[in-house]
Amino acid sequence: MELLERFAQGELEAFETLFRQFQGQVYGWILRIVRDTGAAEDLTVETFWRIYRARARFNPAGNFGAWTRRIATNVALDHLKSVRREVELPDEVSQGVPPDPAVRRELRDGIASAFRQLPARFQMVATLALIEEEPYEDIAGALGISISAVKLRVFRAVRLLRKKLKRLGIEP
Amino acid sequence: MNTQNDQKLRELLRRAITPVADLELKRDLWPQMLRKLDERAIQVPWLDWALVALLAVLFFLFPKTILGVLYHL
Repeated sequence: MELLERFAQGELEAFETLFRQFQGQVYGWILRIVRDTGAAEDLTVETFWRIYRARARFNPAGNFGAWTRRIATNVALDHLKSVRREVELPDEVSQGVPPDPAVRRELRDGIASAFRQLPARFQMVATLALIEEEPYEDIAGALGISISAVKLRVFRAVRLLRKKLKRLGIEP
Repeated sequence: MNTQNDQKLRELLRRAITPVADLELKRDLWPQMLRKLDERAIQVPWLDWALVALLAVLFFLFPKTILGVLYHL
């Protein structure tokens, strides 16, 4: 029997094989969104927990990677919504790449702070599209929306960011 | 003009918040996954707790039903 069929029937060994095969991809995708390595690890496990619970609904003829990414995106989005109520999102993961020195520190901090205040769904799409430069097609697939809807969300995120920066007295 | 400004803001955003430098997973998460599966497996569903509460109320209001339940066990 095929691996995906065995997984859909609840075989733990098949699930383990899939977990080991996809954990790195799922972690990388979530890390791009939440930008916190510890949270990304926990959310990877949460993603696979949801996958395991929903195994009976998975069609073994379908694309496991795409299904996994969509669930991971929802898990990361839920996380963004919950952490924004508690604390500011950390940005520990880009320390290896220093921010552009040509951009003034106050301007950079202002942009980063305003960006974190965006509604979670705009922040997520803008992070993936503008910062991580993921193809719109991949973002659309992960969110289960059309490419034009992704473009619209990016556009609205930029407009909203501009408004927030104006409120902070920053005119980029 | 607005489109030009938006483009400028996008550029600034890219320079202010840099992409994630290292996307590689540093450890195997399977042991953590197994712990989660075990934890969830021993969790009692809320419906079971509701049934226990219902029985407790029933026994409190009608103590004689305890004998009936014990007989059927």
